[in-house]
Amino acid sequence: MPYRYLEDIATADAAFEVKGRTLEELFRDAAIATFEVMVEMKSVKNEITKTIELENQTVDGLLFDWLSELVYLKDAEAIVFSKFDVNIRKNDVYKLNAIASGEGIDPEKHNLRSDVKAVTYHMYEVKEAKDHWSAKVILDI
Amino acid sequence: MEIKKISDYIWEIPATEKEGMLVPARIYANEKLMSEMDSGVFEQITNVACLPGIQKYAYCMPDGHLGYGFPIGGVAAFSLEDGIISPGGIGFDINCGMRLIRTDLTADEVEPRIKELVDLLFKTVPAGVGSKGLVKLTPEEFKEVMVHGVNWCIENGYGWDHDAERIEENGCIPGADPSKVSEKAISRGIKQLGTLGSGNHYLEIQIATPEKIFDKNVAEVFGIFKNQVLIMVHCGSRGFGHQVGTDYLRIFDTAMKKYGITVRDRELACAPFKSQEGQDYFSAMKCAANAAFANRQVIVHRLREGFGSIFGREPEEMGMDIIYDVAHNVAKLEMHDIDGVQQELIVHRKGSTRCFGPGRKEVPAIYRKVGQPVIVGGSMETGSYLLVGTEKAMKETFGSTMHGSGRTMSRTAAKKKVDGAELKKEMEKAGIIVKAVSMSGLAEEAGFAYKDISEVVDTMEMAGISKKVVELKPIGNIKG
Repeated sequence: MPYRYLEDIATADAAFEVKGRTLEELFRDAAIATFEVMVEMKSVKNEITKTIELENQTVDGLLFDWLSELVYLKDAEAIVFSKFDVNIRKNDVYKLNAIASGEGIDPEKHNLRSDVKAVTYHMYEVKEAKDHWSAKVILDI
Repeated sequence: MEIKKISDYIWEIPATEKEGMLVPARIYANEKLMSEMDSGVFEQITNVACLPGIQKYAYCMPDGHLGYGFPIGGVAAFSLEDGIISPGGIGFDINCGMRLIRTDLTADEVEPRIKELVDLLFKTVPAGVGSKGLVKLTPEEFKEVMVHGVNWCIENGYGWDHDAERIEENGCIPGADPSKVSEKAISRGIKQLGTLGSGNHYLEIQIATPEKIFDKNVAEVFGIFKNQVLIMVHCGSRGFGHQVGTDYLRIFDTAMKKYGITVRDRELACAPFKSQEGQDYFSAMKCAANAAFANRQVIVHRLREGFGSIFGREPEEMGMDIIYDVAHNVAKLEMHDIDGVQQELIVHRKGSTRCFGPGRKEVPAIYRKVGQPVIVGGSMETGSYLLVGTEKAMKETFGSTMHGSGRTMSRTAAKKKVDGAELKKEMEKAGIIVKAVSMSGLAEEAGFAYKDISEVVDTMEMAGISKKVVELKPIGNIKG
């Protein structure tokens, strides 16, 4: 599994650790880990797509912005996502270009779980190793 | 870490225990709760004790557990001159809080219709991930909600004239400035007025347990009688507040460098209270706090309508008054005694409740003689409490007490231990009708995932900080 939930780090919240061979994988799987907290993703079809463009000076800033943007869209547009195509380029800053696909929230159709209120900075980290990237994220429930 | 026992209910970590601690940390707990307390709480509360301008002590209440940055159950007051304000000391769910509504109905009248009632309220009070409310607002109207809070609701037909006086801050903290709130926060929250949310948020129908009215006089002042049916609402500012929190966390994370502040946990990001960033956040926080008061108000309106339609009587006739509404994730300006001098402080409460004693002007006139009502929500299985604030709380804890029973088990662990559908059946057998959007969300909130609420409430009673008035037993519960 590219991500795993961590117990007993933040009792009332949700914590996960994620690894990816590339930044794209890391960002995609972090988004999956975030949405699996909220919904059983296999119950969500890819009917709506959203294009997301972000830039940040740092990788950890970009990941925070990416997950926060998806959490924002969940409320603002009442969408749950199930698929993420992520592209990241580094020039003077990190630039993310992504397509997130999902469906309008429907409690009849979707197996909904617990709402994510926010991405926190608590114990937050993004690390680069020789052959992979990893991150630790705590979501406020 | 050295932890000194100050009394049977107070423990202290001296300021010498960690580099940078400006004041000692104090934890309220009995022997048992203390021995079971997450060790991370000691780490987190001593980190809070390092924040600039902190006064007297960094406190953790007996329901304390690991949070992000501040522990849940945290109370910290800062000087306005050289102190800070920290979004992490308030939480993303700004003005998450509890509201208690009384009725003149008895258990005998309501129990036969509890299923119908739960079904109807489940429809009219939307809950769960991304749920939308039934109130349609334009951005300009939403800004009015931010500025006027509950008063906006009353003016627009979602409440009674005397509702506002039975709410902390009269349901509207003055000084909210919508220009300090992002477009994103507005678009995230505009459709959510009157919604519960998910996680540990709920709407519960409860009974005043006849053998558990602890203080008859205060119960009478609060309008409580034996076997009475009451309704408790636990929710906050929804996506709007969460976005305000997220926006300012980013701003503060950067601003700290400018002010030369370093913190032991990035989630403790803060800025001087009097700085531009500090004041902007405070104004935006008030917008979210007022929106949360309004959110709970619209829910109360739906409740009154629901009870009206099920029982075929006007809500006024059924005495459906608000008893009180408390904010348990908020920062407020309050006057407190520091070394014999009354001083205005910015008091942060994150998972803790204001519990002002008798005589304080902030306590509604109808309750001023006895003290402020304090609503403490237990787990959906074990019951909740109505308490009253004390004079001792004013001297010891900046007039603060616990907010709930406090989790002891992670959500993941709780889900492994019980299945939501099974739990629902068990609760029904125990006389609690539950309707939840999410079965796994229900399992996460199982009673065993929480501390024993009586133990938590008794700790603060024995410490003399808040006094028990009545224990409330659940008979119906609606969850996200």
